[in-house]
Amino acid sequence: MIEVKHLTKRYGNHTAVSDMSFTIENGKIYGFLGPNGAGKSTTMNIIAGCLGTTEGEVLIDGHSVSEEPMLVKKQIGYLPEQPPLYTDMTPLEYLCFVAEAKALAGNEKMAQIDMIMDITGIANMRNRLIRNLSKGYKQRVGIAQALLGDPEVIILDEPTVGLDPAQIIEIRDLIRDLGKDHTIILSSHILSEVQAVCDSIMILSEGRLVASDTPENLTKLFTGVKTLHLEVKGNDADIRNVLDQIENIEDLYIENSDHDTVMVEINPNEDTDIREAVFSAFAAAQLPLLELKTVQASLESVFLELTQGDIHPIGYEEENHSSEKIQTEGSDEKIKEIDMDDFGKDDLL
Amino acid sequence: MKAVLKREIGSYYKSITGWLFAAFLLVFVGIYCMVYNLSGYTSKFEQVLSAISFIYMIAVPIISMRVLAEERRQKTDQLLYSLPINLSGIVIGKYLGLLVVLAMPMLISALYPLILSQFGTIQYSSAYGSLFAFFLLGACLLSIGMFISSVTESQIAAAVITLITMLFLFFMKGLASFVPADASASLIALMLLTVIFAVILYVLAKNVIISILTAVIGCGGLYLWYAGSKPFFSGLFANMMKSISVFERFNTFVNGVFDLSAVVYYLSIICVFLFLTVQSMEKRRWNE
Repeated sequence: MIEVKHLTKRYGNHTAVSDMSFTIENGKIYGFLGPNGAGKSTTMNIIAGCLGTTEGEVLIDGHSVSEEPMLVKKQIGYLPEQPPLYTDMTPLEYLCFVAEAKALAGNEKMAQIDMIMDITGIANMRNRLIRNLSKGYKQRVGIAQALLGDPEVIILDEPTVGLDPAQIIEIRDLIRDLGKDHTIILSSHILSEVQAVCDSIMILSEGRLVASDTPENLTKLFTGVKTLHLEVKGNDADIRNVLDQIENIEDLYIENSDHDTVMVEINPNEDTDIREAVFSAFAAAQLPLLELKTVQASLESVFLELTQGDIHPIGYEEENHSSEKIQTEGSDEKIKEIDMDDFGKDDLL
Repeated sequence: MKAVLKREIGSYYKSITGWLFAAFLLVFVGIYCMVYNLSGYTSKFEQVLSAISFIYMIAVPIISMRVLAEERRQKTDQLLYSLPINLSGIVIGKYLGLLVVLAMPMLISALYPLILSQFGTIQYSSAYGSLFAFFLLGACLLSIGMFISSVTESQIAAAVITLITMLFLFFMKGLASFVPADASASLIALMLLTVIFAVILYVLAKNVIISILTAVIGCGGLYLWYAGSKPFFSGLFANMMKSISVFERFNTFVNGVFDLSAVVYYLSIICVFLFLTVQSMEKRRWNE
């Protein structure tokens, strides 16, 4: 289990990571998602022990990364953003070097190197110079290096960057396989990738953790609130009257447009379909309904909402579970309350 | 450490660097041996070593420039930081790699006194003592070169800074004779050094109070000392320059004296610069 407590990293005046706290369970695949400069790499670097912290600490199975680095580093395999390859070596030589540095020797060393070369598909490149390998193969050598020594935790910083689509699928399958008996943290700015591979997603933005949950729950969190968009011909007051008669409306926004139409946005109550009621009500009032559509949030819009413009860390409004309202103006402290386990599906629906 | 050492040796001899270094050293040893020993009819191999000590100015940057700067440029330092080896292990491994590269041409040079012994009487002790000191001198300069490589990201910058440092060290004794010998000049020079030290301290630690305190206490202390014992300060700075000249220490061995204090002096410099290299790597981990 990895515990990150109040992690802060500053470079001079620039804060790369600010007061981040989360817990990572064993045997799951976690995805760090965020735009460039969100602090993904910095956080990973710190967990891997490559970078010191300004404040806070990282504990792996209760051992501090900064105080017992030798013990902790043995449990971690790390692939940085740019694969750290000695280009004047062949993959075989390189993996031998890393294996020796990880204190493997003799038959065990060779057996593991052979196995990992097979897993990552670089066995037929073993005697070429890394300098001459394609980007995809270099990336695989980088992943192979992280797997050596059978670490419990594997940290992969953007593992599929620079790979072609077929290779991306292979690497994803590989990550899923590894996820069966390893804890994996990977980062990406590609949503579909994280969605496809990870058990849990952490969305980072400007050095803060803005959301953390399973992909399903994150989508539900927003799609749970399906929004209805209407365009109605008529005036503001009439439309308000009609809408007042309809049940199951959580809240609504009315906006006059340039012409004699009105745009309405309705958030209905959870699990109710009010489209028919809306249609009948407007028909009865003889107000022409020009447009009626349901807007469903995708994970993509969740991501964009969380990472663009002003950063509003989402927290869950504790007192108001039934309302399913997403609090977007929560204070920073709300982040700490997000615990992935407590944040189960039941709470969300 | 062993893994790092193995990788370093492999990398030097797989690329041209290791061979170039050996060839460079051996060519000069060969030419000077021919001129001094064969044409000059002397059996003193140590004179050859003394005459070619200048080649370290070029040879040291050749092999030390890439040792850590390249790791940083290729981002392989991230691998080293994430592996379960401590930084001193990495630095020592890399340094031993440099020493092996340095030792190779030395071993071949060790044949020369044996060859010369065919033509006359050789004083083996002073010849091999000098060769050992020559190696130590190189080892000492390499530790300085490695430290310089650890603070830069570019090989070229590392090479140029190392070259300038080597030039300065080589001509230190000559420069010392140009330093005014009177007491006040020594005082000013030492005060200047104190201020430079304080500035470096500020750059590294970004702490104004400690830096200013260092400068003030250092300069004040020096002035009081100067006021107390003026004669002590006359020629002090020039003597200091002479005595810390690494190249000068080597000449003692050439004159047939196995100077243990010089051996200790070289080993101390090596330790100090290895320590500084570890610190420089450690610092990079904190504010990369």
